[in-house]
Amino acid sequence: MTDARTAILGRLRAGGGEGPLPPLDTAVMERRQWPPAERVARLRRGMEAVHTEFLDATPADWPAVVRAFCDREALPNLMFGPASEAGAALAAAWPAGGTQLLPYDRPVEAFKEELFTTVAAGFTGTVGGVAETGGLLLMPGPAEPRLLSLVPPIHLALLRASTLQDSLWHAVKALGWGRSLPPNALLISGPSKTADIEQTLAYGVHGPKRLIVVLVHDLA
Amino acid sequence: MHAEREILFRESAAAALLDPQLRANFRRAMDGLISKRQAQFPDPRDLQELRDLSTAIRSRSLLRLPELLEQLEASCTKNGIQVHWAETCEQANELILGLLQARGAKTLVKGKSMVSEEMHLNAFLEANGVEAIESDLGEYIIQLDGETPSHIIMPAIHKNKDQIARQFSQKIKDAKYTEDVDELTAMARKVLRQKFLEADAGLSGVNFAVAETGTLCLVENEGNGRMSTHVPPLHIAVMGLEKVVADLESVAPLYAILTRSATGQAVSTYFNLITGPRGADEKDGPREVHLVILDNGRSRIYADPELRATLRCIRCGACMNHCPVYTRVGGHAYEAVYPGPIGKILTPQMEGVGVRHDLVHGSSLCGACGEVCPVEIPIPEILVRLRREATHSDPGSQVAGKGTGRLASEDWTWRLWAAVLKRPALYRLATWFATRLGGALPAGVPLLREWTRTRTQPVPARRSLSERMRAEGGSHD
Ligand code: SF4
Repeated sequence: MTDARTAILGRLRAGGGEGPLPPLDTAVMERRQWPPAERVARLRRGMEAVHTEFLDATPADWPAVVRAFCDREALPNLMFGPASEAGAALAAAWPAGGTQLLPYDRPVEAFKEELFTTVAAGFTGTVGGVAETGGLLLMPGPAEPRLLSLVPPIHLALLRASTLQDSLWHAVKALGWGRSLPPNALLISGPSKTADIEQTLAYGVHGPKRLIVVLVHDLA
Repeated sequence: MHAEREILFRESAAAALLDPQLRANFRRAMDGLISKRQAQFPDPRDLQELRDLSTAIRSRSLLRLPELLEQLEASCTKNGIQVHWAETCEQANELILGLLQARGAKTLVKGKSMVSEEMHLNAFLEANGVEAIESDLGEYIIQLDGETPSHIIMPAIHKNKDQIARQFSQKIKDAKYTEDVDELTAMARKVLRQKFLEADAGLSGVNFAVAETGTLCLVENEGNGRMSTHVPPLHIAVMGLEKVVADLESVAPLYAILTRSATGQAVSTYFNLITGPRGADEKDGPREVHLVILDNGRSRIYADPELRATLRCIRCGACMNHCPVYTRVGGHAYEAVYPGPIGKILTPQMEGVGVRHDLVHGSSLCGACGEVCPVEIPIPEILVRLRREATHSDPGSQVAGKGTGRLASEDWTWRLWAAVLKRPALYRLATWFATRLGGALPAGVPLLREWTRTRTQPVPARRSLSERMRAEGGSHD
């Protein structure tokens, strides 16, 4: 459709009254800032308000915290990305028996049906969090496939308190997302929800029904 | 897409007003949305600053539109996203059908996309043997009934729980009757997860397209957008050509004001940034991503410096939530893809200002829409401008159907009026008759009928002011 392209761009060029670009005053974004400890509290408040659950952990005991959750919930299995840092650490500390760790280590086409029907929970790391509104920042990829945080009914996400950003605006800058992005990156603020029936909130409509944040308290 | 017959908003609005259930459903929903939005903007200074910034970002995008679209195309192409252009909805439909057929795709799951509604894509695909399944819960509900969205953010807002309960129990296999919202949601989840699993392709809209990085941003709560764009092997995204912004830094303020204005949420559940298909080492994600950029009249709107502001819209729906007309008549009365205030300015510009003439008059010009619009679109001013466009053929105007809304009866009334005013004797005679006999006119005579349809008939004073002045010895000085 190169003809359509030429025609459209031609019309836009012909119609475009050039003018000075209005200035951007970003002070309102800039001033959303909080001290590190308050960021954690804000994120937690924001996410709990939309039904996210939190598990407190330390840099040393978080794999055990994940395991204890799985035991408590009697989860038959937990899928993870074995090549990711968090995934490798989890696998190294996983005791035999009980909840089975399933590695997401092959193309989804090989086990799509199984992923949709038998995987009980997915575990991922995060690349940060957003204090202002609450939210996790994820960069899925080869080590942690995209569907890990989407298809299983429970999503467990590892979040280190030290990686919290003030707002999405600050995060975009800090993570360098403005210049280059992987094929997929996203913000998640809670379990999947809808208000399409009479404005009544219902959780777990298409994506995970529960979002569990494993919060590692690693602030000095 | 130019409509042929004149569609009368006032007739469908009058019918809608008589439906108490519909009015109750909308009233309740809109009241909720208004207070939720308000709670998100506690500080008027912050709100105004954020609006100013958002307006500046969208204005800058429009000022550089052709250049940004080219940059977007180049960035996407570099990332492996294939870009297509369509001048009309027909072209866009053909293009998408072609992509699907070339890959043997028979089923398409759809995330919410108003542009695909604009294209009437579902009907077109069904006619060509492709099943298109809406997966946003609201869209799914109305698709079951063969309806169109009545709100751009909450498509099934016109329905209440009982109606949906009845519909699910009749249309979903093995479904029992329940009015429990969680159970209804679970039913839809079960049906749609199977569709995601099996679909050959997925389609989504685009909230913002980032020129610098070649990124498609999707805002959603349900996860159906992520399902539609990450599970099937083929992802097709459709966007109106105005959706482009320069860089990702510009997206953050727009996103912040969009979710707050739309549903009164500080943040949506998911904010999904798609910058390419499945990478070489990735284990999931679509093998192919295509982006269709649609014009459908937008470049014509763009050519007019005043009307161009229409294209700043980020489709938050706040203008309809706050509109006294929309709240009372609901979305379907507009008989347009985009209802409410934004629809009143967009639809006539797309379909022709003559055929949708009374849409631009179906407003009290109260100004609520312009006041809440996050990107400060002067909707009331644009409505007034389009009222003129409907009856005047100003040279230089590019408005679709300009001048075609002019009525012969209006024309001769004004000519008669001018003739009378120019002749003092005639004027005096006319006033004498109007004051003595005007009150006796039956309300049903032409012209007066238009006035008295919604108003009481005016009763002229028994004597005109100048008559009284003369009688009482006043002077004109
Ligand atoms: S016109 Fe303004 S208020 Fe209405 S949908 Fe568009 S951005 Fe929102």
